[in-house]
Amino acid sequence: MSCCAPGADINAASGAPSPDELLHAARSLGDGVAQIELSVPAIHCGACIQKLEQALSRLDGVISARVNLSTRRISIRFRQSAPPPIVETLTGLGYPPHLFDEAEGKDRTLAELLRSVAVSGFASGNIMLLSVSVWSGADGATRDLFHWISALIAFPTLLYAGRTFYRSAWQALRAGRMNMDVPIVIGVALAYAMSIYDTLHHGQHAYFDAGVTLLFFLLIGRTFDHLMRDRARSAVLGLARLAPRGAVVIAPDGSRDYRPVNEIETGDRLLIAAGERIPVDARVIGGASDLDCSLVSGESRPQPVGPASTVRAGTLNLTGPLTLEASARATDSFLAEMVRMMEAAEGGRTRYRRIADRVSAFYAPVVHLTALVAFIVWLVMGGDWHQALTIAIAVLIITCPCALGLAVPIVQVVAARRLFERGVMVRDGSAMERLTEIDAVAFDKTGTLTMGQPRLVNAPDIAPDMLAVAAALGGQSRHPLSQAIARHAAAGDAGSDAPPVSFDAVTEVPGFGIEGWRDGSLWRLGRPGWALGQETRVQEKPGQTTFGQVTFDQAMFDNDKDAAGAAWFASGSGAMLARDGRECARFAFEDTVRPGAAAAIQALQRTGKSVEILSGDTEAACRDIAGRLDIQQYAAGLLPSGKVARINAMTQAGRKMLMVGDGLNDAPALSAAYASMAPATAADVGRNIADLVFLRDSLEAVPFVIDVSEQAGKLIRQNIALALVYNIIAVPIAFLGLVTPLIAAVAMSGSSILVIANALRLLRSGERSPAAKPDRAPVVGHYPGRYSEGGAT
Amino acid sequence: MSVLIYLIPAALLLGGASLAAFMWAMKSGQYEDLDGAGERILFDDAGPLAPKHGETAR
Repeated sequence: MSCCAPGADINAASGAPSPDELLHAARSLGDGVAQIELSVPAIHCGACIQKLEQALSRLDGVISARVNLSTRRISIRFRQSAPPPIVETLTGLGYPPHLFDEAEGKDRTLAELLRSVAVSGFASGNIMLLSVSVWSGADGATRDLFHWISALIAFPTLLYAGRTFYRSAWQALRAGRMNMDVPIVIGVALAYAMSIYDTLHHGQHAYFDAGVTLLFFLLIGRTFDHLMRDRARSAVLGLARLAPRGAVVIAPDGSRDYRPVNEIETGDRLLIAAGERIPVDARVIGGASDLDCSLVSGESRPQPVGPASTVRAGTLNLTGPLTLEASARATDSFLAEMVRMMEAAEGGRTRYRRIADRVSAFYAPVVHLTALVAFIVWLVMGGDWHQALTIAIAVLIITCPCALGLAVPIVQVVAARRLFERGVMVRDGSAMERLTEIDAVAFDKTGTLTMGQPRLVNAPDIAPDMLAVAAALGGQSRHPLSQAIARHAAAGDAGSDAPPVSFDAVTEVPGFGIEGWRDGSLWRLGRPGWALGQETRVQEKPGQTTFGQVTFDQAMFDNDKDAAGAAWFASGSGAMLARDGRECARFAFEDTVRPGAAAAIQALQRTGKSVEILSGDTEAACRDIAGRLDIQQYAAGLLPSGKVARINAMTQAGRKMLMVGDGLNDAPALSAAYASMAPATAADVGRNIADLVFLRDSLEAVPFVIDVSEQAGKLIRQNIALALVYNIIAVPIAFLGLVTPLIAAVAMSGSSILVIANALRLLRSGERSPAAKPDRAPVVGHYPGRYSEGGAT
Repeated sequence: MSVLIYLIPAALLLGGASLAAFMWAMKSGQYEDLDGAGERILFDDAGPLAPKHGETAR
């Protein structure tokens, strides 16, 4: 199946859940059967469904497997007595699975809203049917009968579908505030009571249809609004979890036990295999390895660690097993500290008030006052309290913000759909409003401007046979530099039929490189000093710097002084291939720039936004990237607090910053900035705090998002203007007492439809511009407007 | 107007039935995977989606 190119576009695949983790996350259904939900971002077509369901059903112990294509998840039931190799099977097929946190509570509000929409839709349809008969001339006993049936349908509907509004209005009143729901509730309740009174007295007009239709339209707007606020959050949670759920703990008597991360205590001894993430801050007591710290510190080069090194939660163990002694509990670890910093830094966006809130804050008192004035004026002029009250109710109902309630959420839903088609998830609806005000953009370097993946740059200088030897050795290591060589060779001579190079007794020496025997010679690929036989042990890096309550290894931020030259990858010393201690080849690397980065930055600069780099990496690495992408400003070697300080300084200077970053060390900056974006490969804390998450590799998502946001902002303002114009026309008519239930119904529906039609123009404008050419299917996602009640069927 | 005696209840019943059908469909999870449902039509095998234990899939 050509559309299935599994695994090719996944680059967050590291750290697949271990069988222990899987068992721990599974939910027991009784009778020895357990159910597990896995997020599998690579699922994207019907063939994937069939392939995965068949492969999983074939496994012993699997009772059923069901793929959900919309949410890209698999729900698997299996026997706890014989846990099947689920992760291995899925990974083998090219669909690496991830665990995720179920956020079931969130969906209940949506379910309630949808039921309310259904009920009020049913009721308004039927009441409208009866009302049309009345307007067409039914009178006498027939009219009374129709009014009574309408009252019977309307009463339970108002009770059931109106709950959301009663609750919200009551909360506002109790807190001594006003919101839009107060006039809605008063209007609907008064209209119902008044209509019952009129029906009892065989009156001509009843407003049952107006009240129920009003709720129906408002509920549609409310549901869209809820989707905008909440939808993306669950999808973000569905992405890969980068924090492990637990670790193997070695008890004092030597027994091994898998424990969840929040049960790991200080002093526990942990066993971390190569390829696993480190769950808590800890000290190494045995073993040696290289750690990928890029998500934590932003540094692109792996850090060698050995006994007595301290390691941070969230770093990835690359090359060798480690025995650790936990030095902090999960709640005191680096990750938790970042979350606390983020909460402290959260400034820009909490001060922001959404356009809809601002409008309704001014609108609600105006509506109340107008209705009150109408009542008093008619009472004084006409003296008939019944007529005065009817007109006051008409004013309340007709000014009730049907169109206003839809004006903002409908545009945001349409805009979010357009963004989703281009692989951008909107986590927060107000982000699009804030993005329109952005005038400066700050990028993190490693993982954002670059892919965080080294690329071999001096291949032409290396003898092909040496490259083949290095590729064969490097292919057996997990170290990014070794993998880069192997990848380069695999891409370069896929067609050549040179005999495969094979080695005996290949061993990986964590922190140094990989070695193997071939034709009686010892080949080494790794750090130059070690390859030449000069270094024999991990270099201790003295000096630590304190940061809040967290101490960082100086080495995580410091320039590595043993660099042979600036051309070597980042500040590192590249890699050397040596035979029996004699140099054969040197390999130089550079970090791959994210596709579309140059175009994106040009587009941003063209629209007059200042662009800068805020990085925790070294000065040399930043200068190199800034030069390649034509960025004038960069700040290197920043601590997380340094990034926040920089953003706060800009904010105080009156600038509105967009922060684009992926690392844990960016998370506080993401929450300090006025708006934020993160790639899907980001640390989960970063993804959860960012306003928008882009799922594809290309950085062109950034100018595209700003562009769509500006279009959406224009439409929102137009829609609000339309709704206000409608009111300017309708209120005087209502005030003069000319509004019959028929006019109210036409006016309310008409304005709502106008606003929706205007919002839909956003989709059309996307089709017209040929620049919006689709590249790849989104890697992960959750369709907007699609309903998911959470859990399995 | 005697026709109304059964027309109105009939209209309400039909509307109510469709409302109940929607509620049931939502509750039974039919809106959970709209994309997957569309693709599943195209599968050849009409067999049970969850093979019983001991049964071998193709």
